[in-house]
Amino acid sequence: MVLIFLILIPLLTGIISFTLKGDGAKALALISSILTMAVSAYVSGTNYTAPITYAHDWIPILGTQFSLVADGMSSMLCLLTGIVVMVVMIVSVNKTVEKPGAFYGFLLLSQAGLMGVFLAYDALLFYVFWELALIPVYFLCSQWGGEKRIPVTFKFFIYTFVGSLMMLAGLIYLSTQTQGVSSYAWGDIVRAGTSLSPEKQQWLFWLIFIAFAIKMPIFPFHTWQPDTYEQSPTPVTIILSALMVKMGLYAILRWLLPVLPAGVAYWSDTVVVLAVIGIVYASCIAIVQTDIKRLIAYSSIAHMGLMAAVAFSGSSVGMHGIMVQMFNHGITITGMWIIVSIIEDRWGTRDMTKLGGMATVAPKMAIAFVIISLASIGLPLTNNFIGEFMLFNGLFSGTEANHMVMMAIAGLGIILGAVYTLNMIQKTTYGEAVAMLKGKDVSINEYLGLAIIISLVLFLGVYPKPLLDLTSGIASMIVK
Amino acid sequence: MKAIIATTIFGIIMMFASFMVNNKSAISTLAVVLFAALLGVNIWDLVTTPANAPQLFYNNMLRVEHYSLWFNTLMTGCSLLYVLLMGKEIQKVGTHVAEYFALILFILCGVYILSTYNNLLMLFIGIEILSIPQYILAGSDKRNLKSSEASLKYFLMGAFSTGILLMGITLLYGAARTFDITEMVSILHSDALNPLALAGIMFIMIVLSFKVSAAPMHMWTPDVYDGSPTPFTAYMATIVKAAAFFAFLRLFQVSFNSLSEHWTIILAIITAATLLVGNVTAVFQQSVKRMLAYSSIAQAGFMLFAILAVNAIAWQGIIIYAVAYSVATIGIFSVLVKLKDYTYDGFNGLAKKEPLLAFTASIFLFSLAGIPLTGGFMAKYYVVLAVVQQGHLLWLVIFALLMAAISVYYYFRVIIAMYFKPGTPELTSQVTAGDKLMLIVTCIIVLLLGILPQLFLNNI
Repeated sequence: MVLIFLILIPLLTGIISFTLKGDGAKALALISSILTMAVSAYVSGTNYTAPITYAHDWIPILGTQFSLVADGMSSMLCLLTGIVVMVVMIVSVNKTVEKPGAFYGFLLLSQAGLMGVFLAYDALLFYVFWELALIPVYFLCSQWGGEKRIPVTFKFFIYTFVGSLMMLAGLIYLSTQTQGVSSYAWGDIVRAGTSLSPEKQQWLFWLIFIAFAIKMPIFPFHTWQPDTYEQSPTPVTIILSALMVKMGLYAILRWLLPVLPAGVAYWSDTVVVLAVIGIVYASCIAIVQTDIKRLIAYSSIAHMGLMAAVAFSGSSVGMHGIMVQMFNHGITITGMWIIVSIIEDRWGTRDMTKLGGMATVAPKMAIAFVIISLASIGLPLTNNFIGEFMLFNGLFSGTEANHMVMMAIAGLGIILGAVYTLNMIQKTTYGEAVAMLKGKDVSINEYLGLAIIISLVLFLGVYPKPLLDLTSGIASMIVK
Repeated sequence: MKAIIATTIFGIIMMFASFMVNNKSAISTLAVVLFAALLGVNIWDLVTTPANAPQLFYNNMLRVEHYSLWFNTLMTGCSLLYVLLMGKEIQKVGTHVAEYFALILFILCGVYILSTYNNLLMLFIGIEILSIPQYILAGSDKRNLKSSEASLKYFLMGAFSTGILLMGITLLYGAARTFDITEMVSILHSDALNPLALAGIMFIMIVLSFKVSAAPMHMWTPDVYDGSPTPFTAYMATIVKAAAFFAFLRLFQVSFNSLSEHWTIILAIITAATLLVGNVTAVFQQSVKRMLAYSSIAQAGFMLFAILAVNAIAWQGIIIYAVAYSVATIGIFSVLVKLKDYTYDGFNGLAKKEPLLAFTASIFLFSLAGIPLTGGFMAKYYVVLAVVQQGHLLWLVIFALLMAAISVYYYFRVIIAMYFKPGTPELTSQVTAGDKLMLIVTCIIVLLLGILPQLFLNNI
């Protein structure tokens, strides 16, 4: 029963928010996000003993149920969603947007959709939430985004919509293959998928995979991503990069790897190669970017590429690493975007060449920036170190011999990541100081948001056990 | 079949009202009352007919199954919704308001015959009753040249297709020696098929494809839909089309089911062509009304799925599609008629001026695009499911879903214009509280169809 609140709280407050004006909407959104975060923390906390489930009849004639299950992976991602949205709301307290009622309403609706995606244990329900998370984001980007927002978000929407429709076709096909009456329940879909002949699994793989590949995004389906990140308002960029890309990865772990094992085995090399190409390609492009928002967007492709490569390497340590890294990447990149939004707000530009000397002008922010950036390259004692270590370990211990080569190339991504991230820190934080246009160092609410992020970064870097324990059971289950 | 008699009597009452009542709004009110009464008669029919026991009427001319009655009831419900939403706009078309309503009632008579016919002659009569009032309605805006052109074009093409239909029926009769569509089943065998029968089936398929505006028999659609007065376009594109589909499905599911190997591939090509032409051409339209005409061709492509899938889910698919598509299309047309400028630019800034109009229009467009939680999604879902269950033709499913993604492009252009582009749209009339209420009701129906589709399928 508690699971339904994870969806209902943001859904209802989101709808109410549309009728509110000004600070009312902002306050409601903040309260709602804190409540949701509390519920998700409770769900994760109780999850060490047994998964929580909730089921209710929905459309019996289609064999679909309103069924939610929070196992380790789901509750971990719900917790991430809770934390990230809460931090977004906290740092937005001193920002003003046009039509705040609609803005916060859409943000909360997309949170409801995300929660649904992470919890749905029924394929059709999963699909519905998958789309539901997308539509508010479409409106957010199109209405509050940058100059080129309309064509860019349109491209984003069509891209992801094509993918989702292909996935729908795949899911419908799977549901008709279930034993007896057609069913969308996760267990039935898995049974139906695994019992298909390898040839069928091979083409079905692409129908389903393409939706997730676009969302993640995996090279060559990534072209929507940098533009959309750049044009979106920062709260939306955070939702997109910290949470929505995780939808793709989560969906691969839940709805692809266990469902079509023969298809996955057949195509895994291809996907690993694509993902590794993506890592190197995105890293190289990130090096030449001068706009920090674009730089971080490309770095995100590289990070997600690594996780995707490991997901198809079939090692249980790697799988466990993905779960941990999904959480850590979400936390770190949220911090990155907060810093970017502060920079944009105070200096009025995101161009690295026009920035410099933040360490003297805004020391608090500079410290936060350095810590988060170092976390993003995976320095020991930061959260990403644990994740990346496990990921490489997984790629290394994978079943395929040629994964060694892949690991070596993917390792380049780490080095290149250090190059562009350190270069960014150097250009913005040190050197000749550029005066701020307005405001001063971080404000109270931004301070609070960054403090949450940094304490998580350091805490999970030093003591990752809670996170590892939460996800260990599910990781070994997927690989089996 | 009390409904057939009732709709005829109501139509005649409406015609008498044209010279007995001078007040236009009184006529509209009378129309609403009559449509509501007709819905009541349909429900009466529905509850007094036992489920699972088809009844024969008029010397086996009509065969009434429960799902036909359910279809009739839903279509009458959509018509009532249509009259409530469009009543005021229909008054503006011309001077003969009562006649327009009478013609719509006669169209409904055709709908009822097409959903229950058991004889090829009744199919022919039903199609004629359905079509002739439309020729008149298409040309009802006499001062407008485009309206007259639409009427003439529709009439000529319709008359031509009627000839082909008769030819098809004759050939089929030559092979089967009966007009009865259920008797025909035992005579037409796949292994020793008379070539006459095959030719007859092809002719009938072509004519029915013409009526549902499937490519390449769709040429009349954009001109007729664009030229006709907008309120009547809304009716032609929805209930009329749905009824033609139901007739199509009835014949091919009941009589030609066992022969599907002979016609499936042709119909599959027609479906693919319809989807391609409808969606791709809609992208290039500048007028929303014309875009909706092409989109109705595109939607027809999806409805053809139900006919390709010769199984039980196809019935549910066609019913849910008919309702979901009709309600959403009537809704979007009722927003369209409020605007002076039918181009995309005419919608610029509607969200600022009339937030409710823009919001409901977005829901209708979501539904047409097939976004989950709206009726359009469930409709597409059912027809796709029907074909997937059939097993073959998966290439067509994937092609259709790609085309559905294209459709997002032109539906969302309207949303982009309404929400993200600056401008002040000119409205033809004030949006009254009644309009708003009806739009909200329509919106709720669209969402209900998407969330709880079983409510609309309880009887089959």
